[in-house]
Amino acid sequence: MLELASISNLANLTPAVIGEAASAAIPAAVPSPEFAWAGLILLLPAISAVLCGVCAAMGVKNKLPGAITAVALLAAFATTLSLFLKMPQDAPRVIHLFDWVAFAWTGQGATWTSFLAPFSLYVDSLTLLWMLFVTGLGSLIAIYATEYMEADVGKGYARFFGSVSVFLFAMGSLVMGGNLILLYLGWEGVGLASYLLIGYFYSKPSAVAAAKKAFIMNRIGDLGLALGVFLIWMNYGTVEYDALFKALAAGGEGATSEWSKAAIPYCLMLGAFGKSAQIPLFVWLPDAMEGPTPVSALIHAATMVTAGIYLIARTFPLFALEPHALTVVAIVGCATALVAATIGMAQYDIKRVMAYSTVSQLGYMFLGLGVGTTFGAVYHVFTHAFFKALLFLCCGAIMHGMAGQLDLRKMSGLRNVKGFGVISWTFLIGCLCLAGFPFTAGFFSKDSIIAQAFASGNPTFTLLGWIALFTAFLTAYYTFRVWFRVCGGPTKYEPGDEMHGHGDDHGAHDHGAHDHGGHGHGGHGHGGHGHGGHGAHEWHPHGPRLAINGVLLLICAGAILAAVPSYLGEMQHQPNWVETMVSHSSAAGGIPSHDHAGGDHAAHHALSFTGIADVHAATSVVASAAGILGILVAVFFHLINRGAADRLRAALLSNGLTRWLPLALENKWKVDEIYHVVFRLPAWVLGHVLHAVDKQIIDGVVVNGTARLPAELGRLFQPLYNGALQGYAATMAGGIALIAAWVFWIWMQGG
Amino acid sequence: MNTATIASMEHSMFTLSGTTLAATGAQTVNAALLVSALLFAIGLVGFLSRRNMIIMFLCTELMFQASALALIAFGKVHHDLSGQVFVIFILTVAAAEAALALGLVVLLYRRRETLDSEAWSELRETA
Repeated sequence: MLELASISNLANLTPAVIGEAASAAIPAAVPSPEFAWAGLILLLPAISAVLCGVCAAMGVKNKLPGAITAVALLAAFATTLSLFLKMPQDAPRVIHLFDWVAFAWTGQGATWTSFLAPFSLYVDSLTLLWMLFVTGLGSLIAIYATEYMEADVGKGYARFFGSVSVFLFAMGSLVMGGNLILLYLGWEGVGLASYLLIGYFYSKPSAVAAAKKAFIMNRIGDLGLALGVFLIWMNYGTVEYDALFKALAAGGEGATSEWSKAAIPYCLMLGAFGKSAQIPLFVWLPDAMEGPTPVSALIHAATMVTAGIYLIARTFPLFALEPHALTVVAIVGCATALVAATIGMAQYDIKRVMAYSTVSQLGYMFLGLGVGTTFGAVYHVFTHAFFKALLFLCCGAIMHGMAGQLDLRKMSGLRNVKGFGVISWTFLIGCLCLAGFPFTAGFFSKDSIIAQAFASGNPTFTLLGWIALFTAFLTAYYTFRVWFRVCGGPTKYEPGDEMHGHGDDHGAHDHGAHDHGGHGHGGHGHGGHGHGGHGAHEWHPHGPRLAINGVLLLICAGAILAAVPSYLGEMQHQPNWVETMVSHSSAAGGIPSHDHAGGDHAAHHALSFTGIADVHAATSVVASAAGILGILVAVFFHLINRGAADRLRAALLSNGLTRWLPLALENKWKVDEIYHVVFRLPAWVLGHVLHAVDKQIIDGVVVNGTARLPAELGRLFQPLYNGALQGYAATMAGGIALIAAWVFWIWMQGG
Repeated sequence: MNTATIASMEHSMFTLSGTTLAATGAQTVNAALLVSALLFAIGLVGFLSRRNMIIMFLCTELMFQASALALIAFGKVHHDLSGQVFVIFILTVAAAEAALALGLVVLLYRRRETLDSEAWSELRETA
């Protein structure tokens, strides 16, 4: 126990160091034109996107687009790596590439007001950390996708890789951009790429619906971000990070009003919650699994959805200014973590379980930001990027080999199926990381978040810490539920609905089952038996080949090695590498240092009952216990005694008092339905009312009514034109008589 | 309507008007205008109430002559012979027109075997 405590200590910030870093102001940026080649990180994916577009236009019928993208992304990764190695990280560097948005005008009193957003890069250690895993995982997943998407060669292949390249360009601009306008450009760009890729199988209505849902949900968040950027410009007169941090350090000169200053973090928060799928905007992410699995792994697990965490980490000084902003972030994050974990427990579609798990882990990251450990949040982003990408890629490989099967009730014991060994064991590593098994990467990063919640001494945060611990237990349970069901137990499987019709169960038919569309393509080397399209009797699962297996092993290695910074830091008794990176960036700015005295004021913390004085060590022990307990529960229900899980469900259902529980979990707490009634239905009704008003009042009365008036008047006199000669004559005589009478009347008046 | 009645009417009108015109001249003009008005009214009523095209044509002739009479009367009032000159022209034109109109009526009759003007009511708005 003592040894465990001492090792786990390293998972956590050495409080004094963080305090020191926090008290130091964010250093002023150094203009560094000599690093202009860093622009290649943005340029290469952009070139690749254009080339993929050319390939699509020319109808290239081979894997060229995939190769172009993989090479471009690898080159971008190499550029990032060399930037990381060559650039001194003592101060942020601003690399001005070219002028982009530049307005200046005279306002009242002939003072000059300007709006400047040059196309420049703001590179500090936070940027580098983010870009390393974005480009690294991006290129690995692109390589994986060259094999995974091969059924679409000549069809959507170029479109797919073009969208991936667009995504990498946008993500680069989001993370590396030197001002909030570039961040916004990237923010919208990744949203577009996400939309294009979720809707990749555009002939499938559910994919189109999911794409629209993701886009619209993100629009709501983007509104918040746009307002936040505007308020920042209004209050501080700049959108460039460097100038903004200077203005903040100077006390925010030129601020217009208190409320607009206070609103900034809440607006930014809304943007972050939309992009990172937090309550109340989390429902789009599980549906986004309609996209091809490499996209789920890259965009909807590892990189894009962490943009919200990046945004808050980057603008952390603004959040630190407003007393309640971070508490709101913490509460929302924790609530999301719990709700998504409970939903994940009851899903049968393994990809969907992973999607809810992503939402839940993102909740942890926001909790970390909220309780003030930007290091914990960023470290969890970093480790999560690897192990969640790994888990998704494993799900994708299973799906690829099992003709689209994703239902964990229909697969079992895949570890013994030929060709699925690599998948099963790398899957296990990913699951261990996600479950927070001791000494894995996920364990260190998750514990640093939970420990900080307890260490802060704030009663609200302590409660959130307990919820986070409970969620850790749930996480371990649902993760191993998947692994034991799919890879453990007796070997038994049936192919997915790409073999025979559509699945009939409610849980599985609405996911991206057509994901890889492997119908009758011959490139798999299966000696005689074609897989797919030849009837169920001839069907055999096929294991992945080199590209998929290799990438799985590499990312698995990454997931394991993500823990290394923690070990190294512990051994050298200094903050670990990630922590140093974070503390040298704007993410450390404004953290009140007294929050970090937690480790030292031993005696009283919420976990004192463990008998361990250090709160971080105590958290590690308790969280490990929670994780292992979750795994043990999963062992019982899903490995040893699978019938028990069904019996438990039946028992809960038969009891009137507990009946709601399994139903609520399986139906995802009915959040979609609630949104439908609360938001969509009123909007629908309002839309139809306005449509009716437009049709009946505007079109009917005003426009067509005016047009009808002359016709109706004409119809009034129409009987006069009856064709009878006497009729015409009488009309004429009457008219003359009227004129005569009139003249006579005038004459009488005048006379 | 005998001359005595007309003379008495003219007399009464003259006494009412009380103008400086010579009594006999004014009486003649008033009588002529009255005849003209009556002729025109008869012609108009006939035109509006009858459907026989020849009768209708005769009615138009009546209105025509009524206006000619009015011209002569006004010519006398203004001591201008133009009114009478016009009437000579009108008579000539009326003769030509009468020939033409009767010819038309005959043609129309040949088409429909009837003189009823209702047979020619195609020229109308159909709802």
